Amino acid sequence: MAAKGPRSIVCIKQVPKAQELQVDPVTHTLKRVGVPSEINPPDRNALEMALQVRDKHGGEVLVVTMGPPVFTQALDEALAMGCDRAFLLTDRLLGGSDTVPTAHALSEVIRKIGGYDLVFCGEETTDSSTGHVGPGIAGHLDHAQITYCSGVEFLGDRVRGKRVVEDGFETWECPLPCVVTVNFLANKPRPPSLTGKIRVKRGGLTTTWSCADVGLAAEKVGLKGSPTIVSKVETVRLPERKTKVFRGHAAEAVSQLLAAMRTDGVIE
Amino acid sequence: MTATADPSAYKGVWVFLEARRGALRDVSFQLLSVARKIADLRKTELSGVLPGWKVEPLAREAIEHGADRVYLVEDPKLETYTSRPFTKVMAALARKHKPEIILFGASKNGRDLGGRLHAVIETGLAADCVKFEIDEDGNFDAIRPAYGGKSLAHILCKQHRPQMASARRNVFRVPDRQPGRRGEVVREAVAIADADLDAKVVRFEERSGHQEHRLDDARIVVAGGFGMRDPKNFRLLEGLADALGGAVAASRKAVDAGWVPKDYQVGQTGKTVRPELYIAAGISGAVQHLAGMQESAKIVVVNSDPKAPMFEIADYGVVGDLFEVVPEMTRQLKASKARAVPSVAAK
Repeated sequence: MAAKGPRSIVCIKQVPKAQELQVDPVTHTLKRVGVPSEINPPDRNALEMALQVRDKHGGEVLVVTMGPPVFTQALDEALAMGCDRAFLLTDRLLGGSDTVPTAHALSEVIRKIGGYDLVFCGEETTDSSTGHVGPGIAGHLDHAQITYCSGVEFLGDRVRGKRVVEDGFETWECPLPCVVTVNFLANKPRPPSLTGKIRVKRGGLTTTWSCADVGLAAEKVGLKGSPTIVSKVETVRLPERKTKVFRGHAAEAVSQLLAAMRTDGVIE
Repeated sequence: MTATADPSAYKGVWVFLEARRGALRDVSFQLLSVARKIADLRKTELSGVLPGWKVEPLAREAIEHGADRVYLVEDPKLETYTSRPFTKVMAALARKHKPEIILFGASKNGRDLGGRLHAVIETGLAADCVKFEIDEDGNFDAIRPAYGGKSLAHILCKQHRPQMASARRNVFRVPDRQPGRRGEVVREAVAIADADLDAKVVRFEERSGHQEHRLDDARIVVAGGFGMRDPKNFRLLEGLADALGGAVAASRKAVDAGWVPKDYQVGQTGKTVRPELYIAAGISGAVQHLAGMQESAKIVVVNSDPKAPMFEIADYGVVGDLFEVVPEMTRQLKASKARAVPSVAAK
């Protein structure tokens, strides 16, 4: 692939807009119908990173998602940002998948597309925030992985990525294909372009597959294929805070504030 | 490790012990306290798994912090964490010894490892948990914040073993060290081939106070909003943060105004922080900002507008001009510190 540039596959998810998160009181699952949604924010950073690799080295960027047909909205937006083609895995069997079947299903889509050098994912999703699907794909496909990545350099036969870890920055070098999970805010994602939107309008850029199309057995996906279940969900009531208010002359107010904080053991 | 696994064949609670440059990570110690409780509830043993190189003293430390046993896998190829060899070690040991539960710290490497491992051995993994229980049927109940922190979800993994979860850092306390506590160190060998070393860590730059790390780690955060009026006024917040040993953050409005970089932003489209103390100056308190900081232990709000919504979640509110109040806080804190020093020296 290196001669004509790398092929990158970006996995994205359509999530409810953060301020719209609502839980169904009966099923304890997230309400997704009739709630405004968007591309999972870190996935935008993954798209941007893949598009920057293409800007520099050529090749192509393919975008993949799994979910209900409405997820074509996210794919259309990714196409309008500049992705070359899109793939939607949609099937009733997929409903209720946890991270094991999700990583498995996306892996099978990636395998069927084939001929790729890099796979990009966002570091985690804003609706489930596990961060397990990216490394899960790498494990499933037996590829190298670079997680929590803030930038990559494509080196032809390898990729170099900078990882942000708790005590600093690590630079990893991995052979291809490699799965890269991209830090939220790692870059400034480009907006959809007008020409991109026109390309999407013309259509024909998105391929839709079912589980059978990618060879996924029914027992490997959905609730059946998920080791975990959510047994119950409790609503968190934030502790009510009794506000102590100080006003008046700054020196006086601050002196009272700090005294109160010391009494409460907040500061020494 | 499939859905047909016989759960009763799996016994013991494991903790992945993360060695980093000669020491165990704080989250590994924190895991030992909660894992000890879970092991006691299940009337079983607590084992640590420690892959690394020249890390045997750390195995003893884990035992003194509550582990009954440490599986020690020493190999120069495991000196630095990379995904594939560590996954191989964990998978091999889990297949051999069949633990019932494996806990990871939700550190970057803990999640990197757990995420890969759960796909390889096909079992459940709950992320970033804040509480663990055993339910009446003996299932491991992993409890984690869900849906933007508005709920707590209980995650069960009934048919697959091991039941795995990662624990959020700084939620569980480091257990007291019990010097001389007995336990066994079991050396295990897992063959790491050169082909397993696909990832090479070619460079490491220590943090040197990078903003992203500062905010992640800070026990005290001093944040400014649109009320700061000008980028150079953030110096006032830096002064206060220095006096308290904290980090500076900002609301989206201050970031959008271009006063501070994006990595300072706390809120829905920025970072989520849970410090022990959050001081908000000149931040009106949009719900999007609250979403990123409302789990802070204590909240101080400084605002000239007594009707600012930020006051509603404050433990302490100062109604006043932040340009007077913030420097005054810095001055008084420094003054009290200066007074405190001689008394410490006198001891």
